[in-house]
Amino acid sequence: MSKNLAQTIIRASGLGKQVITGGGGLTILSDVSFEVRAGEAVAIMGVSGSGKSTLLGLLAGLDTPSTGSVRIDGHELFALDEDGRAALRGRMVGFVFQSFQLLPAMTALENVMLPLELAGVEESRAPALAMLERVGLGDRVQHYPKQLSGGEQQRVAIARAFVTRPKLLFADEPTGNLDAATGAQVIELLFGLNRESGTTLLLVTHDEALTRRCDRVLHLAAGRLQVNDS
Amino acid sequence: MKLTREIRLAGRLLARDYRAGELTLIAVAIVVAVAAVTTVSFFASRVRGALDQQANRLLGADLVIADSRPLALELKEDAARRGLSALDVMRFPSMAMRGDRSVLADVKVVTPGYPLRGELRVADRLFAPDRRAGAVPEPGEVWVDERLYTSLELDPGSRITLGQRDFKVAAIITHEPGVDVGFLSGAPRVMLNASDLAATGLVQPGSRIRYRLHVAGNDEALEQYRAWAQTRLRPGQRLEGIRDARPELRSALERAGRFLNLAALTSVLLAAVAIALAARRYLQRHLDSCAMMRCLGAKQSLIARLHVMHFAMLGALSAATGVAIGAAAQLALTAWLGEVIAVTLPPAGVLPAFQGLLIGMLLLLGFALPPLASLAHVPTLRVLRRELGPPRVSGAMGYVLGVAVIAGLVLWQAQEPRLGFTVLGWFALAIAAAFALSWLLLRALGTLRSRGVSWRFGVASLQRRALGTILQVVALGLGVMALLTLTVIRTDLLRNWRESLPPDAPNRFAINIQRDQVEPIRTFFGARGLALPEIFPMVRGRLVRIGDRSVSAENYADDRARRLVTREFNLSWATRLQPDNRVVAGLWWDGGSARADQFSVERGLAEALGIHPGDVLTFDVAGTPVAGTVTNLRSVEWDSFNVNFFVVSPPGLLEGYPATYVTSFHLVSGRVAFLNALVRAFPNVVLIDIAQALAQVQRMMEQAARAVQFVFLFTLVAGLVVLYAAVASTHDERVYQATLLRALGASRGQIHRAHLAEFVLIGVVSGLVAAVGATGLAYFIAHRFLQLQYALDPWVWVIGVAGSALGVSVAGYLGTRRVVTVPPLNVLRAMG
Repeated sequence: MSKNLAQTIIRASGLGKQVITGGGGLTILSDVSFEVRAGEAVAIMGVSGSGKSTLLGLLAGLDTPSTGSVRIDGHELFALDEDGRAALRGRMVGFVFQSFQLLPAMTALENVMLPLELAGVEESRAPALAMLERVGLGDRVQHYPKQLSGGEQQRVAIARAFVTRPKLLFADEPTGNLDAATGAQVIELLFGLNRESGTTLLLVTHDEALTRRCDRVLHLAAGRLQVNDS
Repeated sequence: MKLTREIRLAGRLLARDYRAGELTLIAVAIVVAVAAVTTVSFFASRVRGALDQQANRLLGADLVIADSRPLALELKEDAARRGLSALDVMRFPSMAMRGDRSVLADVKVVTPGYPLRGELRVADRLFAPDRRAGAVPEPGEVWVDERLYTSLELDPGSRITLGQRDFKVAAIITHEPGVDVGFLSGAPRVMLNASDLAATGLVQPGSRIRYRLHVAGNDEALEQYRAWAQTRLRPGQRLEGIRDARPELRSALERAGRFLNLAALTSVLLAAVAIALAARRYLQRHLDSCAMMRCLGAKQSLIARLHVMHFAMLGALSAATGVAIGAAAQLALTAWLGEVIAVTLPPAGVLPAFQGLLIGMLLLLGFALPPLASLAHVPTLRVLRRELGPPRVSGAMGYVLGVAVIAGLVLWQAQEPRLGFTVLGWFALAIAAAFALSWLLLRALGTLRSRGVSWRFGVASLQRRALGTILQVVALGLGVMALLTLTVIRTDLLRNWRESLPPDAPNRFAINIQRDQVEPIRTFFGARGLALPEIFPMVRGRLVRIGDRSVSAENYADDRARRLVTREFNLSWATRLQPDNRVVAGLWWDGGSARADQFSVERGLAEALGIHPGDVLTFDVAGTPVAGTVTNLRSVEWDSFNVNFFVVSPPGLLEGYPATYVTSFHLVSGRVAFLNALVRAFPNVVLIDIAQALAQVQRMMEQAARAVQFVFLFTLVAGLVVLYAAVASTHDERVYQATLLRALGASRGQIHRAHLAEFVLIGVVSGLVAAVGATGLAYFIAHRFLQLQYALDPWVWVIGVAGSALGVSVAGYLGTRRVVTVPPLNVLRAMG
C-alpha cells in the first residue's frame, strides 16, 4: 500500500494521561507505546471511555501527556511549545471529525480555503475548488454547512483535510454521525484520497467496515493498549 | 505570514462573518452610539464655527468697551490718537408708540460711521429687496426692524413716538451687527441718530442704558490700545475683542453643547452594553472556529492578531457609517431647531468625524476585545471535546477597560472635571438604583410561577438569566425613562407651574419710573379705578466686598455665582417685609428706629455667594462705597411675580443715590387703552408684558427640550439594540429548549406564549423602572429648579408600563419567532 514502509512517521513511547478530579487522580491513558509507518492506515478501537479520543488528541499535539513522548516525522512533539505544535500541524497534519467541525459562517469553498490561507498560500481558491470537485461537491461550493446534508458536510471536511496535502491524517469517528450508505461513500473517498496522496491515516472508530480497510487495528481498553496486531 | 496577507485574511474573515450576520449587532450598536455623539458634535461645531466666523460682525467692531454708566471720554480720545476709529453706541429699552398702540422696543443710538465692522442692511418696505445702508438714520428719522414694523402696523412713512418726540420711520432694518444669532434676541428694535437722543427725554438718572465704545483699526495699534485700556477699566466695565465676542452667548452655547453631548453619552452607554452582550455571543459561537483554526495550524498570536484586525476593520466601518448618519442627522437637528439658530451655519469641520471614529474604536476596545481576547486561548482539544471552553477571565476584570473607556468619554465630553465626575456619579447611582430595583422586581415575579406553564417558563428563564435580564431591564428602562421625562413629565411640569400662579398674579411690570412720577402714577391708577400699586425704589450697585474680602468672579466656581457678581444688583429700601417674603435667619428691622446700615439678603443669593448674617457687605453705588451689616436672610417667592429684590436695606442708607422706581400690577386682558394712556402720560416708563416674556422663555425651553428629545431618540434605539442583543445572545439556548419542549409534546403556541410571557415581564419591569426614574427626576426638577409641588401623574406609570410592555413584546416576538420553526431533529443532531 505504501512506498516507504521502513520510515516511521509516528512513534509514541510510554504515553500516559492522568487528570485530577474531585475524587482524586483519574488515569485515562497508561503506558501506550506504538509506531506507525509512513503510508499506513491504522485504526484505534475501543469502547466508549477507553481513552481513544485522548490518545488521538495527544498524537495530534492537541493536548499534553502526563508521561511519555510522541515523535512525528522525526520531531519531538512535546519539546515544541503550543504554537510550535500548531505550526507542525499546519505543515503536516489533516483532520476529519465525527461532527464535521465546519465553520458555520463560511461557505464550503471558504472552509476548504481556510487551511491554505492560514498557511499563507497565495492562491488558495483553485486548489480548494479542485479538491471540492474531487469529493463530488463541485456544484455546491457556495453552500453554507447548514445547507448541506451530513454526508456532504463530511465530504467538505475531507476536502479541507486533504487540500494541504498532509503527510498525516487523523480522523475521529469520521462515519459516526452518518447512516451506513453515506458512511460507505465517505470511507471510499477517504481511502481513495489516501491512496492518491500517500497520506498516513490514523482513525478512531467503532465502524467495522472502516477497520476492515485499515492495515492495522490498535485496541484500547481502560486506557491500555491490548493487542498490537498487524 | 506577511502582514498584508494577514490583513487580507482578516478582511475575508470579516466579510464572511458579516455575511453570516454574526456582526450585525455589534455594528449596529457602534453605528447608533457614534451617530448620537457625532450628531451633537457636528451641530455644536457648526454653531461654534458661526460664532468664530462672525465674531467681529457680531461685535460690530474689533474691540468693544461696555459699561452700564457713561464711558470716560479719554477712552475715545486715546483711540483717536492712535489712529483708530471709535464711536459711541448706546442701547436701552423704551416704549415705542403709534396711535393707540405701544410696544416695548430695544433702542440703539448710533453715530455716523456705525458700524465699524460688519454690515447694516435696510429695505424701504416690508419684504422689499434690501441694500447696504451706508449711513445711519438721519436726524428726525428712525429705522425699525420687521417685528416693530408689523406689531405697530406701520406703513411706509409712518411716524412713531419715542419718549417726548415723534420720528419718521425711514427704513426697515434687515441685517444688523450684533443680533445675528437669534438666541434671546429680545424686543423689537429701533435705531436712532445720537443727535436726537436728548430730545426724547429718555435718558434719566438711573435709566437702564448700556454704553459701548466701538473701536476698529489696524492690529498693532489695536493691541497697544487694548493693553492701555485694560489698565483704565473701572470695575464692571468689560472689554470684548473678537476672541471673546459675545461671551455670554458663547458660554451658553458651550454649556448647551456639553449637556447635549452628555445626553448623547447615554446612547453610548447602552451601546456598550449591547456590544458586550453581542461580543459574548460572538465568543461563544467562535470557540469552535478558533479551536479548528488552531487545529489547522494557526498560532495563538496569529488568531489574536486576526481578531484584532478583524474588529479594527469592523469598528472603522461601523464608526464611519455612524459618522455619516451623524452628519445627516445634524442637518435634521438644525432644521428642528430652526427658530433658535437664526443664523446660517457654516459647514462643520472634520474634527467631529474623527471624534466619532475614535469613540467607535474605543467602544470596541473596551467592550468587545476583553471577551474576544480569550478566543486565542481556546484549547485546541475542543475539536474533540466540545465541553472545553476558554480559560475563564474574571467577568468584572474583563470590563475594567470598558468602564475606564466610559469614564474617559464622560470626562472628555463634560470638559470640566467637576461636571464630569458629577455626571459619572449620577450615571453610577442611576444604574445601581435601576439594578437594585430590577432585582427586587424580578424576585417578586417568583409568585407568578404558579400561573400555568407558559408563565412558569417565562419567569423561570428570566430568573435563570438574572444578570442578563437585569441588564436588559436597566438598558430599556433608561431609554424609556428618557422619553417619559421629555414627554409626559415635561408637560406635567409646565402645567403644574402654570397652575401654581394665582390668577390675579401681576402680569405687567413698569420700570424706569422717575422719583417725581411715583405719586402721579399712583393717582393715575386710582383715577381709573385700579388698585393703587406699590411702587418700589431701586438703586443699582455692584457688590465689591463681603467682610474684608473683595468680590470677583474668579473667587467662584459656580456659573450662577460668577454671573451674579459681574452684574449690578438692584438694591431697594423698605420699612416692612413684603407679604411673600419670609425671614429665615436673623430679624427684620422695626419701623423707624432701626439703624440704616443693615441689609436683608435673599437666601438663594446668600448661599450662592457665601454671605452669612453678620457679614458686612460693601456695594459700589454710582462710584461711592455703601456698606451695611447683613442682619437677616429672606426666602422669596419669585414666581409670585411681585417686585422683589435680592438685597434690601432700611430707609436712609440708599436714598441719596440715583434711583428709579418699579412696580408690578395685574391688568385684566383687553384694557389696552389703559396701557397706552399710561405710556402716553409717562413716556419714559417701560412696560414689560410678563405673559409675553414667559411665552418667550417657554418657547426657548421647548426648543431646548426638542434638542434633547432628538438626542434621546438615539438612546431609545440603543435600548432596543440592547434588547435585541440580549435576545440574540440567548437564541441558541432558546432553540435548544424549544426543541426539547417540542420533543416532549409542547405546541408552538405554548412556546410562543412562554416567550411572550417573558418579554411582557421584561417590558413591565423596565416600564416600572422607567416610571420610578422619571417620577424621581420630575420631583428633583420640580423642587430644585421650579420650587413646585409635583403631583404624581398616573399616566407616567400607565404609559411607561404599557408602552414598554408592548414595545418589548413586539421586538421580542420578532426576535424569537423563528425559534420554533427549526425542525427538532436538526437541532438535536447539531447538538451532537
